[in-house]
Amino acid sequence: MPAIRVEGLVRRFGDIVALDGLSFEIGEGELFGILGPNGAGKTTLINILSTLLRPSAGSADVAGFSVLDRPDDVRKSIGVVFQESSLDTRLTARENLSLHAAVYRVPRAERRQRIADMLAMVELEDRADSLVETFSGGMRRRLELARGFTHRPRVLFLDEPSLGLDAQTRRRIWEHIDQWNREQATTVILTTHYMEEADRLCGRVAILDRGRIAALDSPERLKALVGGDVVTLETSDKSGALAAALRQRPWIKAVRERDGVLDLSTEQGAQRIPAIVSAAQDLGIALASVNLHRPSLEDVFLHFTGRSMREESANDLARRFPMGRAGLQ
Amino acid sequence: MNSPYLDWPAVGALWLREMRRFLRMRSRLVGTLVMPILLFLYLGMGLNRVIVGGLEGTAYDTYVLPGILAMSLLLSSTFAGISVLWDREFGFLREIMVAPVSRLSIVLGRIAGGVTTTLIQAAIITAAGVATGFRFASARLLPVGLAVLVLASIGFIALGLVFASRLRDTQGFNMVMSFVILPLLLLSGALFPLATAPAALRLLSLLDPLTYTVDGLRACLLGRSALPLALDLGVVAAFAVITVLAGTALFQRTEGTKG
Repeated sequence: MPAIRVEGLVRRFGDIVALDGLSFEIGEGELFGILGPNGAGKTTLINILSTLLRPSAGSADVAGFSVLDRPDDVRKSIGVVFQESSLDTRLTARENLSLHAAVYRVPRAERRQRIADMLAMVELEDRADSLVETFSGGMRRRLELARGFTHRPRVLFLDEPSLGLDAQTRRRIWEHIDQWNREQATTVILTTHYMEEADRLCGRVAILDRGRIAALDSPERLKALVGGDVVTLETSDKSGALAAALRQRPWIKAVRERDGVLDLSTEQGAQRIPAIVSAAQDLGIALASVNLHRPSLEDVFLHFTGRSMREESANDLARRFPMGRAGLQ
Repeated sequence: MNSPYLDWPAVGALWLREMRRFLRMRSRLVGTLVMPILLFLYLGMGLNRVIVGGLEGTAYDTYVLPGILAMSLLLSSTFAGISVLWDREFGFLREIMVAPVSRLSIVLGRIAGGVTTTLIQAAIITAAGVATGFRFASARLLPVGLAVLVLASIGFIALGLVFASRLRDTQGFNMVMSFVILPLLLLSGALFPLATAPAALRLLSLLDPLTYTVDGLRACLLGRSALPLALDLGVVAAFAVITVLAGTALFQRTEGTKG
């Protein structure tokens, strides 16, 4: 049984189509990423899967239960960490977790230890009895993450878990997510617009663009779909002779020059490096360095949507959601 | 679609949350406790020597105690209900709405918290009254007075929930205070008898649930009332049932699954 099964899911807000017929499955134990710019429909999707929002059409099952017919069973099976804080800032960290544990029916005998473990895991044990209103953004985020996992849900939804966090906190949060996924076999679905986050954490990634799935596969295979490798050469040659020579090779798909640096797109870049080096030697051109790298998810996004994430975030958000946080309230 | 079961551990946890918040919010504690006591002392001492019509021989400071109790009940209970607005604004409500708890349990948790704080305040005000010379007319009716307090408190908490579901944000709170709470208070005759007021005002006051709360409390604490105690109790109970049903239904609709 898949952890999530979505079929023909549509959600409209007035004239705006936030989700435009999504269909996909997420297997049990997966760490699944939903990648897309702001306004792509990620939060709308999470809200539907966590029973806060009803779909306009189509169906969605979570842990085997329909979000439409068995919302209570869905709620019992999931944990949700929302994009915006949902802590009670007038309670202490421990009180927030204890309220959560009671509401999610964590057996009373286990509560105290479970809460202590969670606080220790996110390194907040020394602030356990401080009011949350005194916490920094990063501390609140860590507490919220710990809370979402306190009741050991079968499926954990994380909406932009590392939004607005510094690099160090972000890395720590990634470690927790990865650990829960591996050690507790928790299915994790996270939305993000950080390419690195999806790349580092997720076994599979869906690229969501304007309410549709533009691509869905493992980050590796998505990048392979974009094709080949990028070989970057650093050279003292300013004549362009090397670039011209390499353009003749049929296995080189594209050559880009920028002062003293050549970017070559090619399949199986590692095997091509000797040929590239000898081509330079034949021309008597010295290479200062050779660097081989795979296309990034950023390249993947560009490939499937024709836009970079950055321009999408800036332009599209205002156009698609003129009323602001459509669908949240 | 939401199961109607009652989840007592969740009700208890939400009650505990309300208690912790109540004890931590100093301004709310002071505002809801000190203000009625000051008002009681001020009105009692000040108006005791002024002739207030319709008292029929009762000293004003004795006469006004049930009214002060009703006023404090009105303020603290309505606030307990309407404070859902703050939970919505600060995001905490989503944590609760996504939890596997029936919406009825969420409403009951809030009502339990609100009734408790209201009763704490009532106890303190009554103690202040007794300390300044108030004497109960009969101990026999005190449990009935407690019932009036609890039922009215439930009713006004649920009324607060109704308002919270109609308002978009905390901005609307002041409007409710001015256009709902204050008229309810003034029409109820909590602070002076309406016996001498114009007929139209007296008629309007019969539509105010706080009128029956005040009258019921007077019946139980002073042994005198304008209406039969059974009627007061019946109206307050009916008010509680209707507002709880309406409040729960509206809460479910505005905070539950949207679409």
